[in-house]
Amino acid sequence: MTGFLFENAWMIPALPLISVVLIWIFAIRSTTRIAGYIGSAAIGLAFLLTCALGVSYLSSAEEGAAAVTWSIEWLRYQDHLVVSLGTLIDPISLVLLFVVTSVSLLVHVYSIGYMADDKGFSRYFAYLSLFTFSMLGLVLAPNLVQMFVFWELVGVSSFLLIGFYYTLPEAIAASKKAFIVTRFADLFFLAGILCLGFYIHQFVVDQEFVIASGTIVQNTVDTQALDFATINSQPVLDALKDQRGLWGHNLLTIAVLLVFIGAAGKSAMFPLHIWLPDAMAGPTPVSALIHAATMVVAGVYLVARLFPAFAAAEDALPVVAAIGCFTCLFAAVIACTQTDIKRVLAFSTLSQIGYMMLALGVATAEHPAGFGASIFHLFTHAFFKALLFLGAGSVIHAVHSNEVTAMGGLRKKMPLTHATFLVATLAIAGLPPLAGFFSKDEILGAALDGEDYLIFGVGLFVAALTAFYMFRLYILTFLGDEKSAGATKAHESPSIMTIPLVVLGVMSVIGGWISVSQFVLPAVELHAHVTVMALSVLAAGLGIGAAFWFYGGETNRADSIAKSAGGLYRLVQNKFYIDEVYLLLTKGIFRFVAAPAAWFDRHVVDGAMNLSATVVRWFGAKFNAFQTGQVQTYGIWMVNGTILVLVFLWLVQQ
Amino acid sequence: MFSTPTITHWLTLSALLFSIGLYGILTRRNAIGILLSIELMLNSAVLNIVIFNRFVASDDVDGQVLALFIIGVAAAEAVVALAIFVSFYRHRHTLDVTQANRICKEGSSTP
Repeated sequence: MTGFLFENAWMIPALPLISVVLIWIFAIRSTTRIAGYIGSAAIGLAFLLTCALGVSYLSSAEEGAAAVTWSIEWLRYQDHLVVSLGTLIDPISLVLLFVVTSVSLLVHVYSIGYMADDKGFSRYFAYLSLFTFSMLGLVLAPNLVQMFVFWELVGVSSFLLIGFYYTLPEAIAASKKAFIVTRFADLFFLAGILCLGFYIHQFVVDQEFVIASGTIVQNTVDTQALDFATINSQPVLDALKDQRGLWGHNLLTIAVLLVFIGAAGKSAMFPLHIWLPDAMAGPTPVSALIHAATMVVAGVYLVARLFPAFAAAEDALPVVAAIGCFTCLFAAVIACTQTDIKRVLAFSTLSQIGYMMLALGVATAEHPAGFGASIFHLFTHAFFKALLFLGAGSVIHAVHSNEVTAMGGLRKKMPLTHATFLVATLAIAGLPPLAGFFSKDEILGAALDGEDYLIFGVGLFVAALTAFYMFRLYILTFLGDEKSAGATKAHESPSIMTIPLVVLGVMSVIGGWISVSQFVLPAVELHAHVTVMALSVLAAGLGIGAAFWFYGGETNRADSIAKSAGGLYRLVQNKFYIDEVYLLLTKGIFRFVAAPAAWFDRHVVDGAMNLSATVVRWFGAKFNAFQTGQVQTYGIWMVNGTILVLVFLWLVQQ
Repeated sequence: MFSTPTITHWLTLSALLFSIGLYGILTRRNAIGILLSIELMLNSAVLNIVIFNRFVASDDVDGQVLALFIIGVAAAEAVVALAIFVSFYRHRHTLDVTQANRICKEGSSTP
């Protein structure tokens, strides 16, 4: 894999970085739209480069080839601990590159319209470009350390963008919550990295091993223990697989599960999902880019990157599958009861990411179909979920409210938004021939092939739920009567906002026709499941039918059902009180750990410091009296001192 | 009737001169008095050098040459000191050294 484009793949993340610098230096105080154009142009170029890279990969490289095409030494801690900065090109990084640059480009363009009246326009674009840079760096990372650094950078940019409206207390709270929860998870990620690095070095690098590239490695300086190529190579995994560590547990399992906790934090898997719904306090295009299409799938990407390690580790993938499956169901149930349009979409995102994790979980080293399906779903989901968010943004822009209870009847007033939103809704519901149908079908097929019938059943049920809550949202927003003055006065958004919607709409239709899973897994023969297709279409149809039965009619059947369900409905509506449980836990931690620690700090640590300061001040005051400024006084002390020294010397000589 | 003075007598004289000078430096308030005391101490040192030259190495003249040098330097030093005193007197209208603990401009600092 050689050529100008491959060796200069670093330019793709570099372009948004240049855009950040340019905006920050030249345009931050500007009142014009220049920052938006700089940002969009840089991402546009990065997108074109990505496309060119993809084309030359398809035409020149072997199927499924992976290589680090560019690399520089970045951090050298010791001779055997070197971290490099590089670009890893392989099918999944190319898929992610395409997703990130294309969605980011469309979101940038859309934001020029959406943020047009905002005072922080330039700042917004600087942050958005910073995020794109970080995400591209994460996607291209050839080793865990680079990935971790960019992982944190996307966390920071997400924090900055959630708290973009920094005058709103809820935005501040949400940004802090997102940052703390993901940081908490990242702590485990870091522990996992350290674990992997330490044991790979101990068990593998110190011995002779044939690494995947075919070279014999002998206690080598060049082997970088944290490179994905090293971690995922078969000899390394074989060596690590049976090592027992902590309390007799499998070392590899512990390490990859620690990494998975980090991934679960970023991808908002249960029970670390609490930050994502609140993150909707940020501007809507940000939710589309960061909290739906790209950053939140970083966890899926990380697991996919380390898939051979997860597959080799005993019991690791079942955990991934279980967490994914549970989150998928849990979030879909909550999504059915929310009334904030962005929150419904946020829970829908949780549920869809759960699908991706589930797909990774049901895959095995021998039958990796779920792996391909996961990346495929990541790909299609990015487009239709970004479209849903941008459509929601367009609606919010017009109605000036997030609540679906204030919307309704927007079908005629916003025809383009309505049409594209409907396409995305159909796509996520999984109706053929739209994008979501193909990827969801592959996931369910993989679950069935893996004979995980429970997971298959839950997946099918969630497919029906997805169709139900998405059509509920669609009906409440676009059909029926206008329920507020804002909805009555709503009108279509400017074309700079609708064009990205249309492009994403097209991608949501044709995205499923591109065989991403075949591209990711060229060696595996994939086959269609007619039964699964029929079942999933049936489930989607049932869900859509239920939505129309509940919400489409004149009488509101949903309310009466909700009333009769009573406490159960409130339990779901309040998101199973998970936030309250966390609050209770953190309060407990505060009372029993933080408060005593604060007391100790204030009284013991500070007390010791203050005591030493007091003693020094007392001595200072005493010695200060000697400083008279009178030379003669000093002279007396000098003479006395000299006499003392002389007497001392004389005594010593005796 | 007096026996020839020995080195002890001479050194005692020198030590007395030195002590008187030291006492003067530490107690005098007048700058001129302090300068005189310094001269006394210098002279006691010169005397010491000459004494040792006479009693320890009477064939050499090194000590006497050194003594002449010290006398010359002391004269130069007295000139510099007196110049400082003149300048000081112009500023403060006094030669009291206890008033010389402020070297910055008048009024702009605490004593």
